[in-house]
Amino acid sequence: METAALPVLDPLAQQMLQVSDLNVYYGESHILRGVDMSIAPGKMVCLIGRNGVGKTTLLKTIMGLLSPRTGSVSLAGEPITKKTPDQRARLGIGYVPQGREVIPRLTVKENLILGLEAKPRQKRAKQEVPEYIYELFPVLKTMLTRMGGDLSGGQQQQLAIARALMGSPRLLVLDEPTEGIQPSIILEIEAAVRKIIQTTGISVLLVEQHLHFVRQADRYYAMQKGGIVASGNTSELSSVIIQQFLAV
Amino acid sequence: MLSGILDGIFNGISIGSVLLLAALGLAIVFGLMGVINMAHGELMMLGAYTTFVVQNGFKQLGGVWFELYIFVALIAAFVVAAAVGLVLERGVIRYLYGRPLETLLATWGVSLILQQFVRSVSWQFVVGLGLFCLLYFGATTLLARRANWQQIRSWAIAILLPISAGIAIAIALVAGQMYKLPFTQPWFGAQNKDVTAPRWLRGGIPIGDYQLPSARLFIIGLTIACLIGIFLFLQKSPWGLRIRSVTQNRSMSACLGIPTKTVDALTFAIGSGLAGVAGSALGLLGSVGPNTGQNYIVDTFMVVVVGGVGKLVGSIVAAMLIGTANYVIGANVLQPLVAGSPALSSFFEFFATASMAKVMVFALIIVFLQFKPAGLFPQKGRTIDA
Repeated sequence: METAALPVLDPLAQQMLQVSDLNVYYGESHILRGVDMSIAPGKMVCLIGRNGVGKTTLLKTIMGLLSPRTGSVSLAGEPITKKTPDQRARLGIGYVPQGREVIPRLTVKENLILGLEAKPRQKRAKQEVPEYIYELFPVLKTMLTRMGGDLSGGQQQQLAIARALMGSPRLLVLDEPTEGIQPSIILEIEAAVRKIIQTTGISVLLVEQHLHFVRQADRYYAMQKGGIVASGNTSELSSVIIQQFLAV
Repeated sequence: MLSGILDGIFNGISIGSVLLLAALGLAIVFGLMGVINMAHGELMMLGAYTTFVVQNGFKQLGGVWFELYIFVALIAAFVVAAAVGLVLERGVIRYLYGRPLETLLATWGVSLILQQFVRSVSWQFVVGLGLFCLLYFGATTLLARRANWQQIRSWAIAILLPISAGIAIAIALVAGQMYKLPFTQPWFGAQNKDVTAPRWLRGGIPIGDYQLPSARLFIIGLTIACLIGIFLFLQKSPWGLRIRSVTQNRSMSACLGIPTKTVDALTFAIGSGLAGVAGSALGLLGSVGPNTGQNYIVDTFMVVVVGGVGKLVGSIVAAMLIGTANYVIGANVLQPLVAGSPALSSFFEFFATASMAKVMVFALIIVFLQFKPAGLFPQKGRTIDA
């Protein structure tokens, strides 16, 4: 088990995402305590930890929904700590939040089209959904005219991932994509995420409780009480660590 | 009997379309964005005054130009009201998103400021205000380029504010002394102003023994045009999609890459611009005064609330219902039906004036909202709170 305090050997520019010494507060309560983390290009990193240790807070800070009191976040070498969420999205972070957050009174098609907002202006001339999205999530093709809010939880999750992919992100951030979803859909979502990584080569940051899914990642970071307490290759993930950090 | 029904329908639609036109902007600002804008009526008032100014300008040109001024006035009213709305959103409301009580108070204050503004605006006033803005905002913009702006900010404001105000007031006063009355006289004053409709809007189209006033028909047409325009804009254009997305889930929309600040400003400007168009149309029905907006603000809120907040179709139905109810009660249309019963007859007699009809309609609205608090067309769906 290596600790988070180890210096990062790679130069900053080579990391897709670099988080350094992040401290985040909700009012006066200290949520994230000196978090360091990095994600290499094309790698899948999984963030594990029990409920309430600050995983979602870290993801929200990376996305810009929360602003850190100290510390910095940079994407492919470019500092983004001061940028707003919409600027970060256009720089290439695709965010699939906890609870999906599909826009309820827009159709599935419109939800997907909104995913194009993250693309540079000249590249989004065509307001069409590319075919590979439907290949990944065939169920969406049959529901294009349905309201996003009327889909089931699993369908909403697939829509949320598809929507994030529409913007061709460089980093895909997934917050508990399998939470509260029936097992067969979980397998579909897992397969889709694996396929995305293989075909597009983007980096993925995943928060997950599902051990099977965690094993797919290249590296893991384990959180406790607002700090990173362990990290390493997922292949080294021992049952002791799993016992300690996964809620299952 | 048939002509009586037609009469009722036409008048109901006519009153309803004025209400709807006035409420359309609010349906966007309050219904979609959730901003309680008490200055909405004053934006209408500004639109009405813009029409008055345009009309005066075209009177100078005379002839066929005067007949067409209303179209220029509508566009000018939209632009002026949208610009004021934009300043209001950027300057006040954006700091108050998610705080309805403060928004209510602040926009009410803005409405009072705007009312007094049209009463007292003169060349002297405009020169003073323009100079102040130039000096103060110019100086702060220049100073903001300095690296240590954050440290000197409060000091800079404390010094710049009185200096710019002093210079602006002094120059305005001196200029007032030099040029006397033409310079210091208010443009509009506190009195109501009359907008003269072009000739083709003054008459009426006779149907049987009844005349349909052209101005009313024009307003109905204008309302329909605005409705179609707004519908197409919201449903078909990329910006419309962004607006609908941001109004439903602000933070997620931002995470998708939608520039939410631009969308907020644009939405508010369009809602305000529609208020301006409504004000412009109101000029055709009666005189224009600083209080014009106040007469409509309650009605417009009623239309949006009865229709169901966030639903344009609700606003349409609600406006027509309230308009018809207003006419039916105000003109005592039911009189022949209740002639048999003296008690009912005198009851309707009592409410058969414009103001008492309003009392009755509001009482009915209160009763209605007891049974359907979310309005005629409440939002439905699995996740409406998201």
